Amino acid sequence: MSNISDFTLTKLVAGIKKKDFTSQEVTESFISSSEKSKKLNTYITQCFDKAINTAKNFDKKKDYKGLLAGVPIAVKDLFCTKNVKTTAGSKILHNFVPTYESTVTNNLWSEGSFLLGKLNCDEFAMGSSNETSFFGNVTNPFGDKLVPGGSSGGSASAVAANLTPATIGTDTGGSIRQPASFTGTVGLKPTYGRCSRWGIVAFASSLDQAGPMTKNVEDCALLLQAMSGYDSKDSTSVDRKVDNYSSKLTEKVKGLKIGIPKEYRVENMPNEIDKLWKRGIDYLKDAGAVIKNISLPHTKYALPTYYIVAPAEASSNLARYDGVKYGHRSKGNNLFEMYENTRSEGFGDEVKRRILIGTYVLSSGYYDAYYLKAQKVRQLIKNDFDKAFNDIDAILTPSTPSAAFKMGDKKDDPVSMYLNDIFTVPINLAGLPAISVPAGYDKNDLPLGLQLIGKAFDEQTILNLSLAIEKRANFKIKLKAWWS
Amino acid sequence: MTGKKFDYFIKGEKGNWEVIIGLEVHAQVLSKSKLFSSSPTKFGAEPNSQVSLVDCAFPGMLPVINQFCIEQSVKTGLGLKAKINLDSVFDRKNYFYADLPQGYQISQYKNPIVGEGEVILDMSYGTRKIGIERLHLEQDAGKSIHDMDPDNTFVDLNRSGVALMEIVSKPDLRSPDEVNAYIRKLRSIMRYLETCDGNMQEGSLRADVNVSVRKVGEKKFGTRCEIKNVNSIKFMQMAIEYEARRQVELLEDNKQIDQETRLYDTKKNTTRSMRSKEDAHDYRYFPDPDLLPLNLKQSLIDKLKKKLPELPDEKKERFIKEHNLSYYEANILVSEKEISNYYEEVIKGCDKKLASNWITGELFAVLNKKNLSISQSPVSAKNLSTLIKMIISGKISGKIAKDVFEKMQDNDKDPQQIVDKEGLTQESNPKEIEKIISQALSKNKDKVTQYKSGKEKLFGYFVGEVMKISKGKANPQLVNEILKVKLK
Repeated sequence: MSNISDFTLTKLVAGIKKKDFTSQEVTESFISSSEKSKKLNTYITQCFDKAINTAKNFDKKKDYKGLLAGVPIAVKDLFCTKNVKTTAGSKILHNFVPTYESTVTNNLWSEGSFLLGKLNCDEFAMGSSNETSFFGNVTNPFGDKLVPGGSSGGSASAVAANLTPATIGTDTGGSIRQPASFTGTVGLKPTYGRCSRWGIVAFASSLDQAGPMTKNVEDCALLLQAMSGYDSKDSTSVDRKVDNYSSKLTEKVKGLKIGIPKEYRVENMPNEIDKLWKRGIDYLKDAGAVIKNISLPHTKYALPTYYIVAPAEASSNLARYDGVKYGHRSKGNNLFEMYENTRSEGFGDEVKRRILIGTYVLSSGYYDAYYLKAQKVRQLIKNDFDKAFNDIDAILTPSTPSAAFKMGDKKDDPVSMYLNDIFTVPINLAGLPAISVPAGYDKNDLPLGLQLIGKAFDEQTILNLSLAIEKRANFKIKLKAWWS
Repeated sequence: MTGKKFDYFIKGEKGNWEVIIGLEVHAQVLSKSKLFSSSPTKFGAEPNSQVSLVDCAFPGMLPVINQFCIEQSVKTGLGLKAKINLDSVFDRKNYFYADLPQGYQISQYKNPIVGEGEVILDMSYGTRKIGIERLHLEQDAGKSIHDMDPDNTFVDLNRSGVALMEIVSKPDLRSPDEVNAYIRKLRSIMRYLETCDGNMQEGSLRADVNVSVRKVGEKKFGTRCEIKNVNSIKFMQMAIEYEARRQVELLEDNKQIDQETRLYDTKKNTTRSMRSKEDAHDYRYFPDPDLLPLNLKQSLIDKLKKKLPELPDEKKERFIKEHNLSYYEANILVSEKEISNYYEEVIKGCDKKLASNWITGELFAVLNKKNLSISQSPVSAKNLSTLIKMIISGKISGKIAKDVFEKMQDNDKDPQQIVDKEGLTQESNPKEIEKIISQALSKNKDKVTQYKSGKEKLFGYFVGEVMKISKGKANPQLVNEILKVKLK
């Protein structure tokens, strides 16, 4: 038998049910690989002792219920977990222990899973390389000094390096799909409102959405099913039945119409990305899908729009971290000095940059020119998609304009960093579901992903199309655990 | 109406000045739980004992709108005869303060739930219609306590997140008296609707006052100053008076008024500058992305409209038309919900005019003397009603009734029992009355002679004598009739 930690989530659930191995064995296997992974710096908090105890208790049960029965899962440290430190990758929350459990993680635990640990991420999910975390950079298992993408960089690396069977991340502008693409894993951002935001440290409320990050498409369908659902505690959650994504998963996509948006062929895009995209088109043609050229004319405005809307919401969402109630507090001679010191010391540069941008675009005299205009453009971007989806079932694009880059390469150039999200950001603005599925390697043997964008609440179609690509790309992660 | 004329002007050296006042009233919604969380809202609880994770803004916490608070503000809007906006939006008003856990207040900025309406005031010089600009819903902040410790400020978040209705008037008020009448009327309407208890001591009703002045006859408004958070009607009136005089003095000295926010100092009876327009916060309002726009169905509005109780203005009309009450009486009886409830309880099976007389006369005199509100009345509506019915049926005379009423005030005694126990039932048997009259006349033979020789004024004297002998119990009407026959 090969190493348990190489197994997919689906195999692990089935194996535990069939008693091929116990929950304890599974948990020990992932703990063992995690313990050897310090170089990757994926964990902020490890809950290994508790996980073993939970697994032992699980194994004593007579019948195993739940979609994720007996499988431990580490999650992005943006999900509040009861009695387990939740930092959002920030100094300002370095000591924060919630008394409550986020709805999404709670959904996983209700399906028989339990917490393995909390995974590193960019501070408040602001970043595309996991270089903004207070707890240090995360390394991509595909190469020392290589970024894993962000903000769910710890999550992506942990899945790729077999440190957790699967994980959940959050995606505000690409934070699930871009790191998935950089690490050869599958990552899906559901339709806005599909998963509850309750108990997730907020970055930009109108864009944030939690989603699964897995080794393959089958796992992705399973985990999405487990985490989704309506939550009356989140007013933006949508009361709509969750599909049985797993049982409906099929690579039969014959006749589906796939749009190829010309605006995604950007300047200076590496040839390899273009080739990958063409390969994806061929895979889908081979599967019987019909390819159609489409136009999403407002695409070029998506990034600037995003960098107004997201910082605006963030500047307000992060106002609560003021040293008064919880988290880090610095000294000061009066209230406002205390605020200034706390926030100056507690937040990193990228977070401060976005708070400043957000504060600026909401200020009186600038609101109309920036925030209001951005909202109008956001509507136009949505309309582009609505119009396109009249004739097609899904859209195929590359996930990112490049493969994983070296640490430090873009750190001091925010704009070039932001450009990394150029293909993912429009989807958040439109609230649509999208998935990144690994489809090949570049010349340096770094993984590349393709993105499939679906109609609202039609996660099933993009999962099916991804499965068709996955089968044809025959993508395999071939990594020696150089880090251990 | 007395034909009085409006006469509130600030007399300056260079003529009369008119005072222009607009109010922003903050009325706490009467509801068991907060606007966006299920925490209780009871007044006077242990500090920080009514605070949820949402109220103190823990990471990942989200607001969920309290539907009851929405209905309460719609009802209030209907009571103000206002336009209900089917689509409204909750915005974030961003500022930092220790008692504002989120770092923003959820409020309504550009699209409030209620639009233009009106409040009618009955002034001695006539009816005044005061325009309502808007009503919007917002969260209250917590309370910072600075005087419990020399070095630290304490924060109580019990109020944090409590629903407030901000009711903004048009600049239609012209005197402290009108402000008084306006607040009372507004409070009365909300109490009828049970949407706000209007308790100013507990902070359920607070107001910011906008004051400006202009020369009588001038059409343009002057520059206004806002006086923050004045928590009693009396202080509001004093603050307006002071502020108006201050502005007149400045203008008559050819100085400018700065548009600013001022604080009223209750001890010195002055207002002082708090912050100028330039220092005003930039609240960076934007729609709260955690909440969807609020869309109300017309059917909900219609349902609430149907269930609306009769409001003071309509009640007054009805009392005047159907109960034959005077405008003055009706106005008093509807001024407070408790008074009209009391009146409507008393008139069950009872003469309305007489009931009104008793309430506005005898009862109010007692309440005033003892400084009690009608809900603390020592005489219940039911017992007062019984008393009045006894007068109408002739069981007791009006005079006896006053004595009985006096005795009823001790522990809300049943008038029936008092009358029975003390034998105060009116004597209406003509034979018995004849006997008493004979007694009285035989005691005063000389006066009878004088009467018969033309001194008819003495009739009243005989009546008095008869009443004295009967201890006031003789039916005065019968006494009159029989006495006339006897003296022929």
